[in-house]
Amino acid sequence: MAFYVVQFLTGLASAASLFLVASGLSIIFGVTRIVNFAHGAFYMLGAYVAFTLTARFSGALGFWGGILAAALIVAAVGVLVEMLLLRRIYHVPELFQLLATFGLTLMVEDLVVLGWGPNDLVGPRAAGLKGAIDFFGQQIPSYDLFLIVLGPLVLGLLWLVFQRTRWGVLVRAATQDRDMVAALGVNQKWLFTSVFALGVFLAALAGALQIPRDAVTHEMDLRVIVDVFVVVVIGGLGSITGAFVAAVLVSELNAFGILIFPKISIILVFLVMAAVLIVRPWGLLGRAEAPVRRTPGLTVNPWRPLTSRERIAVAIAFLLAASLPFYAGNYALAVGAEIAIFVIFAASLHFLMSTGGLASFGHAAYFGLGAYGTAFAVKLAGLPMAAALVAGPLFGLLGAVVFGFFAVQLSGVYFAMLTLAFAQIVWSVAFQWVGLTGGDNGILGVWPERWAASAPHFFWLSLAVAVLAVAGLRIATFSPFGFALRATRDSPLRAEAIGINGKRIQWSAFLIAGTVAGIGGALFAYLKGSVFPDVLGIPLSVDALVMVLLGGVETVSGAIVGAIVYKALSIWLVSQTEWSKLVLGAFIVLIVVAFPKGIVGTLDSLWHRRPSSLKDAMLASKIETAE
Amino acid sequence: MKLSVENLNSHYGPAHILFDVALDVADGEAVALLGRNGAGKSTTFRSIVGLVGQRSGRIEFEGRDISNQPTHAIVRGGLGYVPEERRIFTDLTVEENLEVGRQPPRNNAPRWTRERLFELFPNLAEMRGRPGGRMSGGEQQMLTIARTLMGNPSLVLLDEPSEGLSPKIVEQMVEAILTMKKEGVSLLVSEQNLHFARLISDRAYIIERGRICFSGTMTELDARPDIRDAHLAL
Repeated sequence: MAFYVVQFLTGLASAASLFLVASGLSIIFGVTRIVNFAHGAFYMLGAYVAFTLTARFSGALGFWGGILAAALIVAAVGVLVEMLLLRRIYHVPELFQLLATFGLTLMVEDLVVLGWGPNDLVGPRAAGLKGAIDFFGQQIPSYDLFLIVLGPLVLGLLWLVFQRTRWGVLVRAATQDRDMVAALGVNQKWLFTSVFALGVFLAALAGALQIPRDAVTHEMDLRVIVDVFVVVVIGGLGSITGAFVAAVLVSELNAFGILIFPKISIILVFLVMAAVLIVRPWGLLGRAEAPVRRTPGLTVNPWRPLTSRERIAVAIAFLLAASLPFYAGNYALAVGAEIAIFVIFAASLHFLMSTGGLASFGHAAYFGLGAYGTAFAVKLAGLPMAAALVAGPLFGLLGAVVFGFFAVQLSGVYFAMLTLAFAQIVWSVAFQWVGLTGGDNGILGVWPERWAASAPHFFWLSLAVAVLAVAGLRIATFSPFGFALRATRDSPLRAEAIGINGKRIQWSAFLIAGTVAGIGGALFAYLKGSVFPDVLGIPLSVDALVMVLLGGVETVSGAIVGAIVYKALSIWLVSQTEWSKLVLGAFIVLIVVAFPKGIVGTLDSLWHRRPSSLKDAMLASKIETAE
Repeated sequence: MKLSVENLNSHYGPAHILFDVALDVADGEAVALLGRNGAGKSTTFRSIVGLVGQRSGRIEFEGRDISNQPTHAIVRGGLGYVPEERRIFTDLTVEENLEVGRQPPRNNAPRWTRERLFELFPNLAEMRGRPGGRMSGGEQQMLTIARTLMGNPSLVLLDEPSEGLSPKIVEQMVEAILTMKKEGVSLLVSEQNLHFARLISDRAYIIERGRICFSGTMTELDARPDIRDAHLAL
């Protein structure tokens, strides 16, 4: 019995730091509407800075002062980030802000390695709280007890600040209606900056407080951000009390999941999250988001099929690509095939996001399911390559049927979070079901048959499939189905009023996107000759998002260009520099600040300069709706 | 001159909404901006307070050019704005809503305190702790006006204050607006309801399809039933 009590207390102690990070993320989202992906990076920075400070200054003052100073220093960094970066991008669509903060995360990951080296660092034990308390023969570290008290204490302090101070009232008002707060004479800029500073302070404090418990690593950012996303989604974005409840719930699930269901411990939390979202789509204590006002830009620049001249240009580009094997070596062809595969993957997500208006954060699930499906077909069923290439995508389709049904019940940020959770479930299954998937060791020996084995042949195969997939998605976009999908995207109510079954249309789009992603995954399995859980991972999902946004989310097929540029750049960077994440992150940030419409979107408006200079100015300005 | 607008042009995206709008409000004056739904009344107001990104022209408030200032700076200068949709902070209590609007007192404008506003709107005094979301439309309308007055403005833009209110509440609203006027607040009030406008204002402009098409005193307007019928009748 005592053991379970101790396990429960350990869970509560972990909940404290999770709550600090999650409440910071929630506060920032509430006011600025930015889902701050870099929140994990600030958490990690807090830990690294605290490590340095507590190592330099010993004693109780050195330790506790170092922790506090670390949080303050990182908060100051956060203020700089807000003023130099975020202020420039508050007016762009919310996904770009997520992308920019993701770029920032990449940069920080390399920067901490530059500053502190790649090895794990073990911090000092907490001054004054080094011992443990005996509880019926079990040891409870005193530091854990301190953290258990700290969580509710911070919750109480935050509550006081938000209920009892003018600043708190302004923040709550801005959470609801930013423009109205400005129309009452409040300078939003400083309100945003101060809110961001508080949020970052909380994250950095959590990171700093973690050093007596855990090693400091340059991977702690992604680990914590996934947990924190889960916490804020279960608790309800914007609700601090919800974040607290959910942090406790998640930590206890982790603490006891290991004991009770060791096999599915990783996915337990995600299962609970999916269950909560289905029953209470806005989290336990959250509330429904006001419907997002759509960017008028979408209606200003109507989509149209390619003109005959553009068709010729596309045909020339295709012939150029197809002639690659005549002058390029095998390595270049392998890279070319990989790029073609990622064009398929990115185009499928682009269809879901641009045409469907559904931003999935877990699209790698369907890519990976396609890859695993193909590997199963080859290894378990012994199917020939052509059949395996069909069977693989069916796996992606199957996943999309199940997950898509639940996901399309939600929208916006919550849709993104639920798709992320589903992807993480699939990843966990692949990772933990060693008997079937080989776990971390993956499935090896998925090689193409003779007819496709040579580099030129495989390149041509990938290119042909990519062209067919993109053409198919474009046809779908300009079909009556595509019109219905776009109508649902732009105005769910009006679409419903003319008899469109929005949820079913969106679900169908989800199935199409999942299947096409699965096709990409199937080819990817053959390209690499193996399948690992990575093909389902969050980094791959984010890669796809970057490609779409880089190409231009408001375009019809921008993702193609986005995929080519991003994939080529990242392959080239990895071969050129050790600090590829730093360069790539900086590149992403630059793109978001300088070309928020993406490469294709920017080219497009340059092309149509004359009639649309007005429109450009207006896209760059605040978003309004007419009377 | 309290407020003077010249050559105001505004756009929503490619749509040109306001065409060379010109109007002014003298110190202590109450002016009505009349027009049908969609004529451009709200856009005029939103342009003056800087909520429309694309606007050009000259907007002077107390002799200062405010056409390039951000919204919060314009409002900080003493130009209060009450939007049409009320936009109460529904999660915040009545007192907290008022707190958001609070600004330091100004020399050239009447000073309002919470207690004075509760005298002006007795209904609000009875529900100080009630969240804005649990109030009736009329109570919310009073709260928006009170919230703006907490900023001690010298000029208030009131966007359709009588819209959707019961006759009894409209009566209270007229009372409150007349009190504000008596205290020395200048007013620019947009209205579709000519009767309401007549009760509170000295002069009127009529706007139609983004253009000012009449300007004169209420008496002059009453002498021109043709104009009234052409631009205001339903």
